[in-house]
Amino acid sequence: MVGITSFGGYVPRYRLNRMIIFGSMGWLNPVIISNARGEKAVANFDEDAITMAVAAGMDCLRGVDRSTIDAVYYASTTAPYRERQNANIVAGALGAREEIRTADFAASLKSGTTALLSALEFAAANQGAKAVVCAADCRLAKMASTQEMVFGDGGGAAMVGDEDVIAEYKGSYSVSYDFVDHLRGANTKYDRMWEERWIRDLGYANFIPQVVNGLCEKYGLSPADFDKVVYPCYYGGARKKINGIFGEGEGKVQDDLQATVGDTGSGHPLLMMAGALETAKPGDKILLVSFGSGCDALWFEVTDAISKKQDGRGISRWLARRADLDNYQKYLVWRGMAPPDTGLRGEVDKETRWSLVWRERKGILGMWGGKCKACGTQQYPARRMCVNPDCGAVDQMEPVYLAEKGGTIFSYTGDMLAASLNPPAVYGTVSFEGGGRTVLDFTDCTVEDLAVGNPVDFSFRIKFYDPKRDITNYFWKARPVLGEVS
Amino acid sequence: MAEGIRDKVVILGMGCTRFGERWDMSGGDLLVESFTEAMEDAGIEKKDIQAAWLGVHIDEINIGKGGTYASNALHLPFIPVSRLDNFCASGTEAFRGATYGVASGACDIALAIGVEKLKDTGYGGLPDSPAFGQEMVMVGPNATAPGMFAQLATAYAAKHKISMDRVKEAITHISWKSHQNGVKNPRAHLRREVSKEQIMGSPMVAYPLGLFDCCGVSDGSAAAIVTTPEIAKKLKPNDPLVRVKALQIAVSSGEEAAYDKWDGGSVMTTRAASKRAYEEAGIKDPRSEISMMEVHDCFSITELCTMEDLWISPDGGAPDDILNGFYDLDGQIPCQPDGGLKCFGHPIGASGIRMIFEMYNQLLGRWPEDRAVKNPKFGLTHNLGGVPNNNVCSIAIFGVD
Repeated sequence: MVGITSFGGYVPRYRLNRMIIFGSMGWLNPVIISNARGEKAVANFDEDAITMAVAAGMDCLRGVDRSTIDAVYYASTTAPYRERQNANIVAGALGAREEIRTADFAASLKSGTTALLSALEFAAANQGAKAVVCAADCRLAKMASTQEMVFGDGGGAAMVGDEDVIAEYKGSYSVSYDFVDHLRGANTKYDRMWEERWIRDLGYANFIPQVVNGLCEKYGLSPADFDKVVYPCYYGGARKKINGIFGEGEGKVQDDLQATVGDTGSGHPLLMMAGALETAKPGDKILLVSFGSGCDALWFEVTDAISKKQDGRGISRWLARRADLDNYQKYLVWRGMAPPDTGLRGEVDKETRWSLVWRERKGILGMWGGKCKACGTQQYPARRMCVNPDCGAVDQMEPVYLAEKGGTIFSYTGDMLAASLNPPAVYGTVSFEGGGRTVLDFTDCTVEDLAVGNPVDFSFRIKFYDPKRDITNYFWKARPVLGEVS
Repeated sequence: MAEGIRDKVVILGMGCTRFGERWDMSGGDLLVESFTEAMEDAGIEKKDIQAAWLGVHIDEINIGKGGTYASNALHLPFIPVSRLDNFCASGTEAFRGATYGVASGACDIALAIGVEKLKDTGYGGLPDSPAFGQEMVMVGPNATAPGMFAQLATAYAAKHKISMDRVKEAITHISWKSHQNGVKNPRAHLRREVSKEQIMGSPMVAYPLGLFDCCGVSDGSAAAIVTTPEIAKKLKPNDPLVRVKALQIAVSSGEEAAYDKWDGGSVMTTRAASKRAYEEAGIKDPRSEISMMEVHDCFSITELCTMEDLWISPDGGAPDDILNGFYDLDGQIPCQPDGGLKCFGHPIGASGIRMIFEMYNQLLGRWPEDRAVKNPKFGLTHNLGGVPNNNVCSIAIFGVD
C-alpha cells in the first residue's frame, strides 16, 4: 500500500489585514474593496518560497529519521533559482542524505500535486522508498492589484511511502491545458492575469468539475462519495457552484483559507490537505484537487494510522501563531517592492564563495554539527579538532543534525545598528539541546519576547541576499518555540 | 621557566594626537603628529630607531597592508617596519613587538606606533567586514560590535541574578564617570559633561546599551619609543624611569563560542591575561596594589565585566564598586582617568598606545592637579579586541622608579 505517511504545513507569522491594503491603495483601484475581507499571511523579510517549503517539510518530518528519505521533490512558481536545483537546498535543510533523487516542479500552480503524484509513483515503483514533497509560493503582485489582495504566502508538505501509511493513494486523474489565467515571463517579477470572469467561469468552474468527474468515471465513484474535498478557488460564486457537485456534508469541503492566509499558489493544495488530515478519520475518502494550467485530482483513503500523526502538525498551530503586520510600507519593503535606505551596512557587498559553500554545505544547509567520538562533546560548527579543552581529539567528529534539535537562550540582544529590514536585528547565543552553543540570528520575535533560559527551535531562513549577483543564501535562525510567543 | 618582561624595558618617549574627527588629517599626517611628539619627548634622532611596529586594525582605506605606509609617512631609513593587526589589541601588540625587540637585545631603541583613520570609512560605529572569516559570513549572526557586547549584560544579569535595571544603573555610572574625566582632557574626542539622565535616556543601540554606552569612533595616532633601562639612564640621567612590569596577551581558544563552560557574563581571555600579568609584575593583590587603569570600555558593559575579570571587584560585585565610586577619579582605583575609549575616543590601532600614554604621563606626574592620580605605583592597561565570545585581550602593567 502506497500513500501519504506524514503531512505538514506552514503559514508565516505576519498577517496583513486586507483593509490596510485597501486603505493604502484603494485610491488607485477602488474595486479591490471587493476582495478586502479578512487577512493574508505575509512572509517575513527573511522568508521566501524555499524557506516556507522547508518549514512545512520540517513540520511534516517531525520524528522522522532523515536518513530514510530517498527523494525530495520541491514545487514552486517562485523558486529563487533558475539554475541551481532548489530541491537540493530543501533536501539539505531537511537533513536528507545526498544519495537521493531530487527534482524541482515549477511553472504551474498544480506543480505541488504533480510533485506529489510523482512521489507516489516513485514510492510505488521502489519498495520501501520514502519521498518528501514540499511546496510553497511567495508570489508578488503589483500594488493595488486584485492579486495583491488574494495571494498569501505559505506552503505544505507531505511524505509518501509504503510503510505506516496514513492516507492510502487510490488513484488520480489529470487534465492539462495551456489556459493562461495567470502569467509570468522568465524575466517578470509580478503576476499578470486575464479577465477574472473568464478565469472564474471557464477556468475554475469548468476544469475542476471536469477533473473530478474524470476521476469518478475512471474509478466508478460519485463526487458525493468523498468525505473531505480539498481544492483551491478563491472565487466565492464558483466555489459555491463547485461545492454543489459533492452533495451535502458538514465540513466536507475544506476551507480554502482565503480569509486567513490567502492563496499560496503551488503550496495551497498541500497546505489545505494538511488541514484536512488534521481532522480526518479512518476510512475517510479524501479528494485532493489542484488548479493551474489544468488540474490534478488525487483520491486518498485514510487509514487507522492517521491518529499517530494527529499530534499538532499541520496548519492549526501556525494559524494560531500570528502577529499583525499593521503597516503596508513594511510589507512593500519586505517583498522588495520599495527600496529602503539601510545605510552603509546594508550596502556591504557580500560575496558567496561557492567552493566554501560546497565544503561546508552540511553545516550551512542542515546546521550539522559534530559529536566527538572521543569525549562525546556535541559542537557547532564541526571542526577537525574537538572544542573540549580537556579533549582536543582530531578527526573524531560524528555528524549531528542540529536543525531539528531545540535549544535554550544563553544571551541575547536587539541591535539597532545592524542593517535589518525588521529592526532591531535580534540575535543571541543559543545552547543546543545535547550540548554546544553558537550565536544565531533570531526571527519571528521581538527582543521583549526573550529571556535567558527560554526554549527556542530553529527555522531555515534567508541569511542574506546578494543583489549584485542575484544569490540568496540561507541559514538557520532561532525562534521562540510556539506557545512561548504568539 | 621564562622570567618574563618585567623591568627589562622602559619607555623613553611618547606622543599622542588629539583624538576625534580629524577631517583635515590623513593617517600619515596623524602618524607624523604622534611620532614627532614622541621623538621630542625621547630626545633622540630618527637614525637611533632600529625597528618599528605599526598597529592598525581595519583602516585599509588609508593605510593599506604591510609596513610601507608608516615607513613612507615617517620616512624611516630602511629599518624593519611590521604591521600588526590583532583586533583592538593592535596598538598594544605593536608595543609588545617593540618591547620584545628591545628585551631580546635585537635592537636598542624601537618604535611602537598605532593609527586609525576611522572617520573616512563613512560609518557610524565600525565598518562591516568579514572580520571572522568568510564562513562566518555564511553562518554567523547579522551582528555589530555593540550587539555582541550587549549580550554580556543579559548573561551577566542572569548569572548573578542581578536585575537589568541595576546593571543599567551601574553602566550608566561608568559612562558618566568617563565623561567627567574626559571633560578635563584637551586631547579627548568627546569633551562634554553629560548627566546620568541623558545617558540612561539615550536611544537604544543594542539592548541594553544606549548611545552613551558606546565609545567614540575616532581618528588618532599614538606612539611610544622604548629602550633598555641602561640606555634610558644614559640619555635621560635626571628623569625617573617608566618601566614595563608586565605585558600579556591572551587569545580565545574557541571554547567560549562553542563549548558549554563559559558563563557569558565575563571574558575568559581577560581573566587569563591579567592573572599572568600580575604574576609577571609581582602583584599579589591587584585590588590594593594597582593604582590606576585604562581599560577597554568599548561599551560600558565591557568595563563593568572587566572590573571582575581583572580580579579587582569580586564576581557579581562590580555594580556595587562602580556605584560606590571605587573607580571614579577620586576613588581607590581611578579607571579611565583620561576619559577612556568612551570620551578619549577609539582609533583602534592607536588605542592601546594611547592608554599607555596616559599611564606614562600619570606615573611621571605630568598632568595638571585636576586630573592627576595621587602617587601612582602601578598603572594597568587593558584592551579587548573582537567580541566577548571570541577575542584578543592584552594587559600591560607599568611602574616608575
